[in-house]
Amino acid sequence: MRNDVIIEIEHVYKSFGRVRALVDVSLNVYRGEVLFIFGPSGGGKSTLLRCINRLEKVDRGRIVVDGVCVTEHPKKVDIDKVRMEVGMVFQLFNLFPHLTALQNITLAQEKVRKRSKEEAEEIAYRLLERVGLPEKADVYPDQLSGGQKQRVAIARALAMNPKIMLFDEPTSALDPEMIREVLDVMLDLAKEGMTMVVVSHEMGFAKAAADRMVFLEGGRVVEVATPEELFTNPKEERTKRFLSQILH
Amino acid sequence: MAITSEMERHQPKLVPWGEKLSQVPWWALIILLMGVLIVYSVFTSATYQDAFLFLIAGVRVTITVSLISFGLALILGLIAGLGRVSKNVIYYTLASLYVEIVRGIPLLVLIIYFAFVVTPLAIQTLNSLGTVLLQDPAFGFLRGLARSLTDLNIQDVDMTIRAIAGLAFGYGAFEAEVFRAGIESIERGQMEAARSLGMSYFQAMRYIILPQAIRRVLPPLGNDFIAMLKDSSLISVLAVRELTHLGKLNRARTFRTFETWNTVAFLYLSMTLLLSLGVKMLERRMAVEE
Ligand SMILES: Nc1ncnc2c1ncn2[C@@H]1O[C@H](COP(=O)(O)OP(=O)(O)O)[C@@H](O)[C@H]1O
Ligand SMILES: [Mg+2]
Repeated sequence: MRNDVIIEIEHVYKSFGRVRALVDVSLNVYRGEVLFIFGPSGGGKSTLLRCINRLEKVDRGRIVVDGVCVTEHPKKVDIDKVRMEVGMVFQLFNLFPHLTALQNITLAQEKVRKRSKEEAEEIAYRLLERVGLPEKADVYPDQLSGGQKQRVAIARALAMNPKIMLFDEPTSALDPEMIREVLDVMLDLAKEGMTMVVVSHEMGFAKAAADRMVFLEGGRVVEVATPEELFTNPKEERTKRFLSQILH
Repeated sequence: MAITSEMERHQPKLVPWGEKLSQVPWWALIILLMGVLIVYSVFTSATYQDAFLFLIAGVRVTITVSLISFGLALILGLIAGLGRVSKNVIYYTLASLYVEIVRGIPLLVLIIYFAFVVTPLAIQTLNSLGTVLLQDPAFGFLRGLARSLTDLNIQDVDMTIRAIAGLAFGYGAFEAEVFRAGIESIERGQMEAARSLGMSYFQAMRYIILPQAIRRVLPPLGNDFIAMLKDSSLISVLAVRELTHLGKLNRARTFRTFETWNTVAFLYLSMTLLLSLGVKMLERRMAVEE
């Protein structure tokens, strides 16, 4: 089992001034696993994700992503190479507004993966098809609905052929009727065996796709369990309380 | 801004006369009237015609100098602006020094300084570099270059070039702040999304941040160009034959103070009004696109 660890998080601490965003967080993510992270707002979920691809630097502790220690001194790691392997999907999509959907998906392929324009576009068209938006290739982000934007953003990340996908509340900014279309794309991905770390409050998705769930509160990992355990018999009182709040 | 113009357009037709009158852009009409008067004078009065024909060459120099200076200022400004948002301490410090020092010196002083302090210093430095190269046999293959360096003379540097250098250096500091503001106005998520795809900081700037930032700062850049066009009159102290300097010459030549400066002012005004019309149209187009 140990061999199959793709992300190792060991005793990670992170503070913003006085705010302790992460306190002694240790977690493993296994290859092909869907790890679901939930917890109250401000609990450190985004910070944890952002430490994995070093959009934030940890104060203390170690994170190893697919054999590369991203918490080493910046000069020693080629972080861009790690980030190529780690796709990220943001709550607010962060599509590039000056580029079409197609260009959003091809740019990094060409500039980072060094693919030819033709190859990049072929991949982009295929991915747009896959997320159900083949007709939106030449459309700019501001003409897309929230759900469509998020699906393009997922396609953009997938185009880099990442080994790991990080999702930071991918449906929190969406109107209810659009949540489904994004979750469906994510479910497909999970079925195909993508390693996914998903921060979300969509418990339906967790039930359907998560291998393990992590309850993060006050910057600490309160509980890690399978969905069955967690939904039927959570061990920690705080987990119980939180779950009953959001399930009712 | 887009909202107010929408509201203006959709206002009901039944507006009382007094209000209607106050909405007319009287200032534009008055300027237009003045323009018509001057154009009329140029065609009917020999003095105005003479002044106009003499000054028109200055308009050409003013435009050329402004265009070149502004182009250089944009390059300088972009380099310094990127420094102002850089995490690299040395780059940031150098850029900030440049911006803070230059913004604290009057443009006129800066122009004079470039013409009579910086240029001679630069020539002296190049001269001594040439001498060193000539004396050292190791650089024998650079003999030709070394000779031309030692032969450089302060007179070789045209006043127009010194003027352009001063204007560009001065305005570069303003444009740096415009670019900085533009870059900082782009949401942080853009840089993060680009970096999370594996782009380097440089690539993210080049392909994601700058294209958006530059679009956003086009109107202020346009306004700065107009300001520079006016400020280019300062280089008349170097006797560069631009519009203001030709104005002085024309007055000395004809002793027609009134007609000369009327025409000079009118020519500047025509240029700046035309340009600000362009900027306004640009702003409107961008407001529609937003
Ligand atoms: N860039 C930042 N600067 C200052 N404080 C931050 C920053 N990012 C996060 N925080 C703080 O860290 C804590 C954890 O934030 P976050 O990881 O975003 O929580 P979550 O995603 O679980 O809502 C919060 O108290 C938040 O205010
Ligand atoms: Mg968050």
